[in-house]
Amino acid sequence: MPPQTAGAMTSDSPPSHPKLWLDAVNEWFTTVDHKRIGMLYIGYALVFLLIAGLEAVVMRIQLAVPNNHFVSPQVFNRMFTMHGTTMVFFVGMPILFGFGNYLIPLMIGARDMAFPRLNAFSFWISAFGGLLLYFSFIGGDGLYGAGTAPDVGWFAYAPLTAKLFSPGHSTDYWILGVFLSGIGSVGTALNIVTTIVCMRCKGMTMARMPLLPWLYLVTSAMVFIAIGPLTAAQMMLGFDRFLGAHFFDVQAGGSAVLWMHFFWIFGHPEVYILVLPAFAFANEIIPVFSRKPIFGYSAMVGATVLIGFISLGVWAHHMFTVGLGPAGNTFFTLATMIISVPTGIKIFNWLATLWGGKIRFATPMIFSIAFLFQFLIAGLTGIMLSAAPFDWQLGNSYFVVAHFHYVLVGAILYMIFAAFYYWFPKMSGRMLSETLGKWHFWLFTIGFHLTFDFMHVPGLMGMPRRIYTYEADRGWAAWNMIESIGMIFQAAAILIFVWNVVRSYRHGEEAGPDPWDAWTLEWSTASPPPHYNFAEEPVVHSRRPLWDLKHPQAPDSDYE
Amino acid sequence: MSFALFLALHDMDDMPAGHAMTEMQTHESWWRRAIQWVTDLFSTPTSIFSPQATPAHTIFSLSMLVLAITLAIFLAVAGLMLYAIIRFRHRAGDSNADPTQVYGSNQIEVLWTVIPILILVVLFLSTARVISVTEQARKPANALDVVVIGHQYWWEYSYPALGVVTANELHLPASDPKAPTPTYMTMSSADVDHSFWVPNLAGKMDLIPNKVNVMWIDPHKPGLYLGQCAQYCGTQHAKMLIRVYVDSPADFAKWIAHQKMAAENDPAAAEGRLAFEHTACVNCHTVTGTSAKGRFGPDLTHLASRDTIASGAIRNTPQNLRQWLDDPNSMKPGSLMPKMNLSSHELDAITAYMVSLR
Amino acid sequence: MSAHTAVLTQSMDEWQLPDKGKVGMICLIVAEAAIFIIFVLAYIFYLGKSLSGPTPAEVLKLPVLGTVCLLSSSLTVHFAVTALERNAARLSSLWLALTVLLGGIFLADTAVEWHELIYEHGLTIRTNLFGTTFYSLVGLHASHVIVGLGMLSLALLFAVAGKLNSSHAHRLNVLSYYWHFVDAVWVVVFIVVYVLGR
Repeated sequence: MPPQTAGAMTSDSPPSHPKLWLDAVNEWFTTVDHKRIGMLYIGYALVFLLIAGLEAVVMRIQLAVPNNHFVSPQVFNRMFTMHGTTMVFFVGMPILFGFGNYLIPLMIGARDMAFPRLNAFSFWISAFGGLLLYFSFIGGDGLYGAGTAPDVGWFAYAPLTAKLFSPGHSTDYWILGVFLSGIGSVGTALNIVTTIVCMRCKGMTMARMPLLPWLYLVTSAMVFIAIGPLTAAQMMLGFDRFLGAHFFDVQAGGSAVLWMHFFWIFGHPEVYILVLPAFAFANEIIPVFSRKPIFGYSAMVGATVLIGFISLGVWAHHMFTVGLGPAGNTFFTLATMIISVPTGIKIFNWLATLWGGKIRFATPMIFSIAFLFQFLIAGLTGIMLSAAPFDWQLGNSYFVVAHFHYVLVGAILYMIFAAFYYWFPKMSGRMLSETLGKWHFWLFTIGFHLTFDFMHVPGLMGMPRRIYTYEADRGWAAWNMIESIGMIFQAAAILIFVWNVVRSYRHGEEAGPDPWDAWTLEWSTASPPPHYNFAEEPVVHSRRPLWDLKHPQAPDSDYE
Repeated sequence: MSFALFLALHDMDDMPAGHAMTEMQTHESWWRRAIQWVTDLFSTPTSIFSPQATPAHTIFSLSMLVLAITLAIFLAVAGLMLYAIIRFRHRAGDSNADPTQVYGSNQIEVLWTVIPILILVVLFLSTARVISVTEQARKPANALDVVVIGHQYWWEYSYPALGVVTANELHLPASDPKAPTPTYMTMSSADVDHSFWVPNLAGKMDLIPNKVNVMWIDPHKPGLYLGQCAQYCGTQHAKMLIRVYVDSPADFAKWIAHQKMAAENDPAAAEGRLAFEHTACVNCHTVTGTSAKGRFGPDLTHLASRDTIASGAIRNTPQNLRQWLDDPNSMKPGSLMPKMNLSSHELDAITAYMVSLR
Repeated sequence: MSAHTAVLTQSMDEWQLPDKGKVGMICLIVAEAAIFIIFVLAYIFYLGKSLSGPTPAEVLKLPVLGTVCLLSSSLTVHFAVTALERNAARLSSLWLALTVLLGGIFLADTAVEWHELIYEHGLTIRTNLFGTTFYSLVGLHASHVIVGLGMLSLALLFAVAGKLNSSHAHRLNVLSYYWHFVDAVWVVVFIVVYVLGR
């Protein structure tokens, strides 16, 4: 394959005619190329990461001292609602599907996703959902001038979301924005499953497929099963609010607990939908920088499938304090504890991959190593919370907030950063700066630990979540101040990261097709790949086709 | 470690770990001292590590076991990770040849599947026992019954057998471990979801409209215990504070007797009482012995006997009361009590009346 | 993963992977099934919990005509597909037309039923829990019937205009999967609402 000139995003246009910016915009708006769509998702998610990050900054300033008056309770309640909703639906989902979109066809030797137009539609409808949600800041007033952005929490418990307790349209924007993003998620998941099942290149049996597509396959299957309940619950809530239905109308005999069940039947698999792609990145990056194949490929696949299944049956561990009764509490404790077994297996397999390797600490790898430690901690605090009586104390407290931020930031966001540093060269033809990368890593890690390690303490000291302020006599003030200071480091690190991305896009060192000496098919294309990915359909004989090419005397196919 | 496990399991039925520490012991085992250190570090008013009642004690013991196990796992695995990234790093002088390619090992994988399962069995069985002991405890005949109803943003407490209705400050009798008189709380909500959480006394239990939940507290030490609503319920969720006064049985009986009495009819506050009864106040509030029979807001019959107003958020002083009556939203923005638009004179009078409701 | 085993036993020359259309439609069906299951669960949960108003036993009658028509339409659409596979385009249009007709009768039957429920029994979505869950579930299903009928009518239009031949058979087959799903959901709704629920 002829090497591409670095920075040339459109390999098919004649090099002598500079593009009119209108033409460029039109190309991006009408593209059905999975690589472009992937980058649209990622760019969109980065913008919302900054916005939701600002919402977090506002909250941390308000909570830095007791009885603070930085923002009113109404504004604070909108901040935590929007922060959570945005981060889950308009940062997490898009960025993970963006990477999946970009990488899966390349990794399986295909030319595009199975349904390119559906792919584009899925992106644009999700994007519109996000814009609709944020329009609520302006348009949420409704008839009574009540409400702007939604302020019911990202899980929008009934009956707080009933028209009676949430007049105005703020809740409706929550329903609609998230509903649309759900449609987009299902579309993308459909594309991923179909692409993986139907478009693998010659010789790539399922057992020879890299782990990233495997994990996205399980993730997408979970999307089909988990998004439905959320969509259904939102339709029901919409019927309640607009048509006078009584699904969650307690006055008419409706049940608030039913909303919780439906929401968490979605909500728990959702967090695994968010974390499995992070595992997928780890499965690709850790082996390459340890210079060894992933330890126990089959176990990794098996553990992932097991996690997928079990995660559908643990949802009520979010409801231990609701009064499920001893049988319910015991069952969900057991199921949640069981899921720690396949999860632990994954951690051990990564450890075994490192073991006996020759570890290189490039930026993708240091983020991955931090991920390993932090995910271990997150998993252990999860085990603590799985013990229902312990959860009766810790549930709905800042201990839970610390736990899930440890997973979402400490594990998932760290792997997203790792993925960025690892695949940015492929997507743009240029390397991200290692120096800025190390600054990004250390500043962010200091900030992350200041904020989220210490956040466990107020939880243990009785601080519930979603409070816009707290009493001075509870002993929480010092801890909250430390957490808020940590936020400053994280903000600085993110800015450095954004600067790194923007600058390296044009001025980074040229990458070439395979800057990391890796082994999967995407590294056999130019950086960035041509529009059609592969001039000829690849033929593979093992899980690491490029390893085989680089080591003809000891190909993987002899050992698998 | 297994002995420690055994003792921890044993601990779950009886005395709290804290109790054992303050007594002189012939041998202070290291792990008991470690637990004491943790407890001292966390002895803030609402810490879950300062249990003062069952079931907080029971949960505390389980939590120590869980923490011990997870700490051990963390040290082992993180230790191995740290070792790996140091020992197996690519050093400057190393050749660039790739190391031996290892694809897996069935024996190792079986080992690290079986060991976690065994750990989980221990953890699960201990946990299941605590769930059962807490949720399936037999209710003693002389347990006290309290009904708790959550409102936006205050707590309604009533003692049906004793004929007492009050708000925001809960009084319970201390219970003698030899002849327990626990308090059984039947809970629901008048509007949205709330959650009752007083960490020193018990785990939290949600108050859900159209659903009845039950929890019990068996407090041993008299004192004031703090908590707050733990389920987001709207604008002033943060200020829906809880104050539980555990009284000695004698003091509790006195309190009940006082609360059962109809409202004070202090002649000095007659003007205020008249104003109160002729304003919309009576639509929301109850003062027994008057025409005020509203149920939307807290019962005010013995308002002056409480330390705080606005569900623990504001000290109960005449000055604060007056400001609250003037404009509740100036002190608790989002409170459902409207501005009553009273004249300054009316405010003085009604405040005086409120202060007289001892 | 039958695709996996199928592929493993084939040599490189016969690299055959499943059909995109079928896999995609199956994915969509799974996702839609998840939504329907939640509405069915809500219906079952709220059985007998209405505080007032009409109950299922009082007002529901077995929708025999609609059910027979809808389930038969699965048969007719299947014949439409097999006809098109044999390149019998005119025969295929006939079966398609019959499918659309039968589906239309089902919708009409539902409309008549709802008219009666609303105007004679005073049951609306806001009357009580039964009304809420009934109209939501049956309405959700009906909306899927409408979408399916729309797609089938489009196919019928193409068929009648002479534009369809055997190369389009596999697309018609994928569409028929959707239609079979809609019918399968009706079987569940019928059993839960009209048989068990009364």
